[in-house]
Amino acid sequence: MTRYCQTFGARTFVFDDMATVLSKASPRRSGDELAGLAATCDEERMAARFVLADVPLQTFLNEPIIPYDSDEVTRLICDTHSLAAFEPVQSLTVGELREWLLDYGTDTNRLTAMAPGLTPEMVAAVSKIMRNQDLILVASKCQVTSKFRNTLGLSGRLAVRIQPNHPTDDPAGIAASILDGLCYACGDAVIGVNPATDNVDNTIRLIQLIGDLIERFAIPTQSCVLAHVTTSLRAMERGAPVDLVFQSIAGTEGANKSFGINLKLLAEAQEAALTLRRGTVGDNVMYFETGQGSCLSAAANCGVDQQTLEARAYAVARHFKPLLVNSVVGFIGPEYLYDGKQIIRAGLEDHFCAKVLGVPMGCDVCYTNHSEADQDDMDTLLSLLGMAGCNFIMGVPGADDIMLNYQSTSFHDSHYLRQTLGLRPAPEFEEWLLRNGIIDAQLRLKPVSRGHRLLQ
Amino acid sequence: MSKPADPWHDFKSLTAARIALGRAGGSLPTRELLDFGLSQARARDAVLASFDADPLIEQLSSAGFETISLNSDASSREEYLRRPDLGRRLNSQSRDALASLNGPARDLCLIVSDGLSSHAAVHAGEVVTKLVSLLKGEGWSIAPVVIIPFSRVAIQDEVGERLKSAISLILLGERPGLGSPDSLGAYFVYGPRTGRTDADRNCISNIRPNGLPPAAAVMALHYLLNAARHRRISGINLKDERLLSASNPPILE
Repeated sequence: MTRYCQTFGARTFVFDDMATVLSKASPRRSGDELAGLAATCDEERMAARFVLADVPLQTFLNEPIIPYDSDEVTRLICDTHSLAAFEPVQSLTVGELREWLLDYGTDTNRLTAMAPGLTPEMVAAVSKIMRNQDLILVASKCQVTSKFRNTLGLSGRLAVRIQPNHPTDDPAGIAASILDGLCYACGDAVIGVNPATDNVDNTIRLIQLIGDLIERFAIPTQSCVLAHVTTSLRAMERGAPVDLVFQSIAGTEGANKSFGINLKLLAEAQEAALTLRRGTVGDNVMYFETGQGSCLSAAANCGVDQQTLEARAYAVARHFKPLLVNSVVGFIGPEYLYDGKQIIRAGLEDHFCAKVLGVPMGCDVCYTNHSEADQDDMDTLLSLLGMAGCNFIMGVPGADDIMLNYQSTSFHDSHYLRQTLGLRPAPEFEEWLLRNGIIDAQLRLKPVSRGHRLLQ
Repeated sequence: MSKPADPWHDFKSLTAARIALGRAGGSLPTRELLDFGLSQARARDAVLASFDADPLIEQLSSAGFETISLNSDASSREEYLRRPDLGRRLNSQSRDALASLNGPARDLCLIVSDGLSSHAAVHAGEVVTKLVSLLKGEGWSIAPVVIIPFSRVAIQDEVGERLKSAISLILLGERPGLGSPDSLGAYFVYGPRTGRTDADRNCISNIRPNGLPPAAAVMALHYLLNAARHRRISGINLKDERLLSASNPPILE
């Protein structure tokens, strides 16, 4: 085990191992303080960053921060690492990787080629010495596309998930929220409902409800019921028309176990969904959600800070070629991300790390009422993620999720962002919106009358 | 002062979700913007308001209940929010106070806390009095009602164990939603002891006049507690068999 030291004048800071350097270099957040891993003062935090900047990237390949033998996520990271892709940066340090990422010559093509050569730990490390503007700039250069019934993640596009949740899964209530979202030009990412009751019958019923709407109006989008992966598997066994399989994932084997999953189960679900061949323009069939703090919450953080563990979850995600991945950044609560400042930073880190690792990343820009955050903080994060080229955001009616009891972004919020930054819906969906008289050629919402065919 | 709702505003009768809000350009009408702000203000106030237990103690005393006031290891609202671990355990004085009680073993103990919503705790009085009167009629022995501000659910393990209760029930304020600042949660565990996990607990959520009304929550708890006592279990293997199939959902709003 290597020890790391940094001396500023008369003061020397010592870090016992790489996990400690990473934890103490992380921007301040309540979850790392709760875990007892955070820097104890700002100078120690900067000392850790000075150390980290000089660490050769090769170190992360030689010394896994969570042992290979005890964690299948580590095994996945090591076994799928591409030395050929790594070659252009193999002699760099973390600090030099930051400069390589910011270089004019580093464009989407170079970043795409590099992704299999980077590990989550390298990407987490470099993010810790990057400012918010660095995270935004590099992510904005890094396009990651995915396809099922439309094409997501293209430059200059912003997709929206309609999240039509209802506290009792009432079909009419869910349908009302979906139609509201469609009339607001949302739904290209997915029409995806979180079921209040996670069982097979209910899941099949909701899949059919959304599937029927998509079919009846020939909407170039996909459905998803965000039930547990085992529920979706059983629904598929019973012949349900599953477009996307959803699962919450995390960055350690232990945390995934607490979710009731492992890599084999995810592979099985992906295989089952691929067999249905329901995509028309592509076969990205998985939808994953993540969030900083989930490993600590499951008592499976292995002494590693929450942001590094979050990046490891993206290694799990990218292995299954997902259509959609998003961090539910502020959902977990103030014991992990205390206030608007911490949520904003975490949202930008998550989006950056995922994109650089080759993951088609969106974000649930959100907070709970016991966090020190409000809608103004969400506007800020939403705007920054728009600049960063975020693939998709949530569309919750009025930003108020009446089932999960938290605030996310609304259909109206997506218009603000598309309008301000000139972002367009997914191309296939944009064409459908135009054909159905929902938007005009300038992408403005048209008045939708009560007699419109969607509302019959 | 504001733009009208969208033409499909009749859909509002189908869901409590904020649909058909109308728009100014593509943005929220002023009326809806302010309405959202008011809801969030109420939810924030519910989180931050200090918990005045006196009216609850008075209500319970006048109904003939003995109460005990204790404290968790969280000493302020901010500490409570940042450190869930402190809200899961009693402070040392409270631990001593329970030890000195040294009462007989009981079938049930009840704990009330503000949790994440001080405004929810007001519903606890009705739940406790109605539930206990039902259970006492069926011969349950019940410990004095314990009131502990700044608690998390798992404090029921330590309290139940120290009170030698077969079942430990806690009523506490849930994380407030925008339209539900006063939502109370009820959790119980059979055989409480430190180290129980959430899989060992049963939960009834959203207890409030406009959600699951307190009287309905009492009926559900009454059923589940009797099943737990009879089968000597709680948690994922104990389900409400009376429930509430998909064709007959509970009316929430």
